[in-house]
Amino acid sequence: MSLNLADVKRIAYLARIAVEEDEMPGYLQQLSNILDLAEQMQAVDTTGIEPMAHAQDVVLRLRDDVATEPDRHAAFQAVAPQVEADLYLVPKVIE
Amino acid sequence: MFNTSLKKLSGLLAGKEISSVELTQIFLKRIGELNPSLNAFITVDEGKSLAQAKAADAVIAAGKAGPVTGVPIAQKDIFCAKGWRTTCGSKMLHNFIAPYDAHVIEQFNRGGAVNLGKTNMDEFAMGSSNETSYYGKVKNPWDLNAVPGGSSGGSAAAVAARLCPAATGTDTGGSIRQPAACTGITGIKPTYGVVSRYGMIAFASSLDQGGPMARSAEDCALLLNTMAGFDLRDSTSLEREKEDYTRDLNLPLAGLKIGLPREFFAEGLSADVAKAIEEALAEYRKLGAQTVEVSLPNSKLAVPVYYVLAPAEASSNLARFDGVRYGYRAPEYGDLVDMYQKTRAQGFGAEVKRRIMIGSYVLSAGYYDAYYLKAQKLRRLIAQDFTDAFKQCDVIMGPTAPTTAFNLGEKSDDPVSMYLSDIYTIAVNLAGLPGMSVPAGFGANGRPVGLQIIGNYFSEAKMLNVAHQYQQATDWHTRMPQGI
Repeated sequence: MSLNLADVKRIAYLARIAVEEDEMPGYLQQLSNILDLAEQMQAVDTTGIEPMAHAQDVVLRLRDDVATEPDRHAAFQAVAPQVEADLYLVPKVIE
Repeated sequence: MFNTSLKKLSGLLAGKEISSVELTQIFLKRIGELNPSLNAFITVDEGKSLAQAKAADAVIAAGKAGPVTGVPIAQKDIFCAKGWRTTCGSKMLHNFIAPYDAHVIEQFNRGGAVNLGKTNMDEFAMGSSNETSYYGKVKNPWDLNAVPGGSSGGSAAAVAARLCPAATGTDTGGSIRQPAACTGITGIKPTYGVVSRYGMIAFASSLDQGGPMARSAEDCALLLNTMAGFDLRDSTSLEREKEDYTRDLNLPLAGLKIGLPREFFAEGLSADVAKAIEEALAEYRKLGAQTVEVSLPNSKLAVPVYYVLAPAEASSNLARFDGVRYGYRAPEYGDLVDMYQKTRAQGFGAEVKRRIMIGSYVLSAGYYDAYYLKAQKLRRLIAQDFTDAFKQCDVIMGPTAPTTAFNLGEKSDDPVSMYLSDIYTIAVNLAGLPGMSVPAGFGANGRPVGLQIIGNYFSEAKMLNVAHQYQQATDWHTRMPQGI
């Protein structure tokens, strides 16, 4: 078992996912199993190998600094959970 | 009519032997009859589909029809289609009406195709059995006790049951090829960067790639002609000359060199699948191909590497589902963090949560080097193995999956055993290579077997040629589930 319950709690917080106490043991088991699988990677020496982040060696394209997207805030805010005066509403962040 | 190839339907439409409205009605009726038992579609909208069919008929009447004009095509519910509910198989997007079209959808619209509906899928494309969908399991039309594979399980089941002539899929670790194999249809995942990811809901962005699923390689080639193309809005879309993927379909295979990776025929491959693949290879030898043994020594690490990299990318991509801008928001919450946590706990299913958590862990301080960076280094070794192998052969072949479709519920409680069903497909995504699955007979339980064809970068036309010639010599791809 590569993790403990405190790890699971910390990971759940990093992921911003609420995990109930009674779900903890299940996650502990499953996440540990996946990390055990990942441990197989340690069998191969990768000293000096350059990490591969991407399938193709692409260079980010540059473009002229002009607006390409029209203002579609009405369409995009139509699918938002809570909107008022063209603003997305969230619980108060600053007291 | 429902059991007709896309190629032929295209000809019938152009020759005005059937209208797009009539054809669309035939498939909508079939969906109405069979979808309740298969659950292949999440959303069907007859009004929208028929309006597109009517518009296609006008284009055909004006003599301006292209190869997909008027053809009804089912779209995986991962592609945003303007005005259509687009759920990605998740409660999180239960109420999401896409405000724009994905590039793939635009391409089909431009070609005059009819959107026949949105197909079921594993939640956020995370799964190999289509059992993680919030909208319920998809059944395999060959055997209702079997999974259809995943994540594009709805598209695969729909094509196999002839609820549509063709469908779209996406493939991050095998999600086009494995369900195609499980349901006896043909599917191709192109080279990474060939099909734009714009409007395709992101799972693991360095691996995700869209592609067609249909009855035959010839139909897939026609669809890929529509789907592929440069798109400025996807920063990884490749700027290449437009290709005709049908151009080489009829070339003979004499002299073709097929590489057989010894790791794909080793322990773990079930005997009935091995037998079907051997028979397919014998057929290729009859067609004039030679087989040569190759080795992909690092491919055995593809599954562990993938289950570090894909969750890492997913944890970043799925951070956008925060209950603020779209999708689900928990009904009750305290402060902002509580709203995020409850929204995500209630909106995501178990597998998605597991992967986000694994991803958060492997990217976190103290673990990044041991997991994420290590996996990226191994990814290069895995890709290099293919480069070396392609010095000895034109295409690589092997099984798409180690077994035929497994039973519903068989692996759903054991994530790691589920992950191993993609053992032959995942390395291809890590390398960014094109891969396809072609029907190659049946296993001991009567469920289909898929032959995987892996090509070098940008060799889709060649792979489709290799698959098409096999389909000229065999009839596995024309088989249809009985009782459907």
